Parts: sequence; C-alpha cells; structure tokens
Amino acid sequence: MATDPALTLASAPAAAPAKTGAPAVEVLSAEKIYPNGTRALDPVSLTIHERELVTLLGPSGCGKSTLLNMIAGLLAPSDGRVRWWHHDFAALGAHGKRLAFVFQDATLMPWARVQANVRLPLDLARVPRAESDRRVAAALEPVGLANFGGHYPRELSGGMQMRASIARALVTDPDLLLMDEPFGALDEITRNKLDADLLELWRRKGLTIVFVTHSIYEAVFLSTRVAVMAARPGRVLREVAIEEPYPRGDAFRNSHRFAGYCQTLSELLAQASTSGRGEAR
Amino acid sequence: MKPLIASERFVRFAAPALIGVAMIALWQALVTGLDVPKYIVPSPALVARTLVEDWPLLSASLLVTLKITLLAFLCAIVLGTAIAFLLVQSRWIELSLFPYAVLLQVTPIVAIAPLIIIWVRNTTAALTLCATIVALFPIISNTTLGLRSVNPGLVNLFRMNRATRLQMLTRLRIPSALPYFFGGLRISSGLSLIGAVVAEFVAGTGGTGAGLAYQILQSGFQLNIPRLFAALVLITLTGVVLFALMLWLSQLALGGWHESELVPEG
Repeated sequence: MATDPALTLASAPAAAPAKTGAPAVEVLSAEKIYPNGTRALDPVSLTIHERELVTLLGPSGCGKSTLLNMIAGLLAPSDGRVRWWHHDFAALGAHGKRLAFVFQDATLMPWARVQANVRLPLDLARVPRAESDRRVAAALEPVGLANFGGHYPRELSGGMQMRASIARALVTDPDLLLMDEPFGALDEITRNKLDADLLELWRRKGLTIVFVTHSIYEAVFLSTRVAVMAARPGRVLREVAIEEPYPRGDAFRNSHRFAGYCQTLSELLAQASTSGRGEAR
Repeated sequence: MKPLIASERFVRFAAPALIGVAMIALWQALVTGLDVPKYIVPSPALVARTLVEDWPLLSASLLVTLKITLLAFLCAIVLGTAIAFLLVQSRWIELSLFPYAVLLQVTPIVAIAPLIIIWVRNTTAALTLCATIVALFPIISNTTLGLRSVNPGLVNLFRMNRATRLQMLTRLRIPSALPYFFGGLRISSGLSLIGAVVAEFVAGTGGTGAGLAYQILQSGFQLNIPRLFAALVLITLTGVVLFALMLWLSQLALGGWHESELVPEG
C-alpha cells in the first residue's frame, strides 16, 4: 500500500505496545444513528490485530453490542466504515476469512443433540458427513464436551450449553470470533472457569477475539486491550492495554496489578457517567 | 423403594380408575335401588350387555363413523398444514386470508351442514367435508403460530451461516413448529369425531352406511335407551383412543427434547 512515508513514520511509535499481528478489523469513524434519530454510537475508530483479545467494556446502552454487530457485519454503520483484512464484508468469503459469533444465550436448537448443534454451520455449508464428524469431535474436545455430544441441550447446565455454543463457533475454524456477553447469564464461579478456559483456547488456537462484557473483572482478566465505552451517546472513551503476560490464572486475579487495572477502568467508567455529556443533549 | 401408593405412575392410573369404578357402582346401585325403568336410565350392566348383544349392528356403525372421522382428520391435517405454510409466506397473504379461516371457525357446522349435504351428492364426501371444516382451524392456527415462533437468535445464526430459504424451513421453522402442530392435532382429533357425529345427525336417516349418530337417533325414536347408551359409550371411547393416540405420537416425536413431554423426575 502506498501511504505517505511521513505519516507512517509519525505513527510508528504509537504502534509500539504489544500489537500481536496484522490488522484484522479496522473500524474507521463508524457511527450508528437509527432512522428515528437515536444516536446509538458516536464515531468510533478501533483497530483489532490478529491474535488479540479485545474487550468492549461499558454499561448497558453504551453501544457495545452495536459496535460488535457492526464488526460482525450484521449491522451497517450509518457513516464511516468497517474493513476486514483490508476488504469489504462481501469479499471476506472469497478471501477465505471466516467470522463466528457467540450470542448472549447459548442459542442451541432444543430438538437437536449437542453434536448436531455443533455440526450445524458445517451442515448448512454442505460439508460432507465424514469430515464434519471429525471436525465436530475436534471442536467438542477443547471445550470439555467430548463425552456430551449425544445429550440434548436441556440436559446440560447453563455453562455447558455455553461451551456447546462456543464449540459451534469454533467448528468452522473462524479467523475472527465475536462474543456478545457470552457468560453474562452464568454464576460467577462458572464464569471464571469459562473465562480461564477461553483464554486457554484463544492461546492454543491463535484466535482473534472481540469480547463484549459489562464486567470489569472479566475484561481485565481476559483482554490484551480493553476499549472502555460510555453511554448517551454510545462512544469509546479510551483504550487500555492490559500488559500482563499470559497464561493468566488465579495468581493474576488476586494480584495488586489486577486490582490496579480494575480501579483504572472503574474510575474511567465513573468519570464518563458523571461527565454529564449525555444529560446535556 | 417408595410405597406403591406414593408412586406417580400408580396414582396416575389407579386414581382415575378408582373414581370410574365408584361412579359405575353408584350408578348401578341407584338404578336398581330406586327401580328406575330401563327406558329412562339403563343400568351399566344392561348397557354392557346391549353392547355385546348389538355388537354386529353397533360395530358396523362404529366403522362408518370412524371412517368419516379419520378421513376428516387426515384432510384437516393436510389442508391445515398447507394453509399454515401459505399464511406464513407473507404478511399480505396472512392478512387477506386469516379472517376467512376465522369465519370458518365461528360458523356453526349444524347451520351449514344441511347445505353441504344437499350440494354434495356422495354422503361420505359430504359428511367428511363437514367434519373437516370443524377440525381444520386448530391445525391452521397452531401450525401458523408454531412456524412464527422461531427463536430470533437461531434465525440470526442461520443467516450468519448463509442458510438458504429451504434450509431455514426444514432445519429451523418446521422443528420449531412441531410442538404447536402436535397441540393442534390433539384438539383436532377430538373435533373431527365431533364433526363427524354432528354431520351424521344432520344427515339423519338418509344413506345406507349409517354411523353411530344414526343409531343414537333411531334408538331415541324407538325408546331403545340401552342401545343409545351403548352407542354413546362407543363414541366416547373412540374419542379417548384418538386422544391417547395423539399423545403417544407427540411423545414419540418430541419426547427427547420438548418441555411438554418430559416426565417429572423424582
């Protein structure tokens, strides 16, 4: 790409902190205003690099799901744009790039066993049965459901249903995994366990993940970088890099560094809610 | 090991059976005790005897009614499902057609049955048509509701995976609609029997193949009340068997996954 050399030079120092790979997603001044005039999201610019785990953190109504849906290509920005590996959304398939989405609920088909649920994306793409069987087994194993393929979703706990949902997302070998408060409905113990397992999976598979949450602890524990968001209107306040090496475990959770990051983030969130920019509008 | 009396299965079958036996015993005792003449209320024993003695006559009638009922039920399933699929295709189709489905539902069949019997020469066809009209609506409305009650999250998931319209239908809409469809079947099975009996009543004594309703009419004219009761018992039993059959089918299809079919634990 022929960019102005001066510009490249100028922006080089800013790129210094642990940027793990080439840009996967570039959100370029994307904003969302609904036809009825509701400002869901002020212009946001955000770059997500390959093998990063970026969290969108904020209170409800801050537009984090809106932003995630734009990154997922489910929602078109009203202005600005989103690029994936320097391509438009429509061209992604042709370049062999795949996205997968994990919803707030497990969203499993109640009439299908876990195997069939996980196999769904492959079935819809008409992948031959022998290959899909192999890939389903390979997706169930790392989420700890290898022995539960024959169960119906209702026979599983909430956490296990969520694991099945993650297996279904991983079965297509996605280049970008988008997760919309996936563990929000779970109890804290289960959530911590799933967070730890997700990190393990992320590192082992070299995934790129964008993760939405309203839990400060979850954001600090998981992320390479946290985009702190505020509401009315939805906007990104600041990006905070969590410079803690992986693997992260309970030692990190109980450390002063963890508490420090949590404090930084909660102060940012508190400032945003009292800054009053929203009420003035 | 729990005591037998507390076991769910035992209570489920024994309790209603006990009530039934008690009611029949009371009925028998009252009829013999008060010396009620058999042309007013026959005793259960007499009804049972009539059922056996008149079996050749009654069984032939039962077959006629059963044939109409099953034909009508089948027609209602095929037509009702087809109409439901048509209705969910577009908002326009639903808005323009659904009022007529309601019209069909609210028109009393007794009022239009004479017309149908005049218009349709073939008695079996006429009776089947009447019973179909009665049984149709629950299948239309339930299946339509079912086809619309799809988890929006799953719709998003299918869209994201670029599912075709056909895949969406066979893998998402139809399985989602099944519990509702079976609910419709349960209601319609009983309604098709009621429809068949009502239509026979209206058709009266015409035609050679006479169903159970005809036997009831005739027995009433002849003050043969025990036979009337016997015919009534057969109709009721048929309804119960049909209902049980639908329960079983529904259990077979949804047993693994749907909340309505789960056996309570413990």
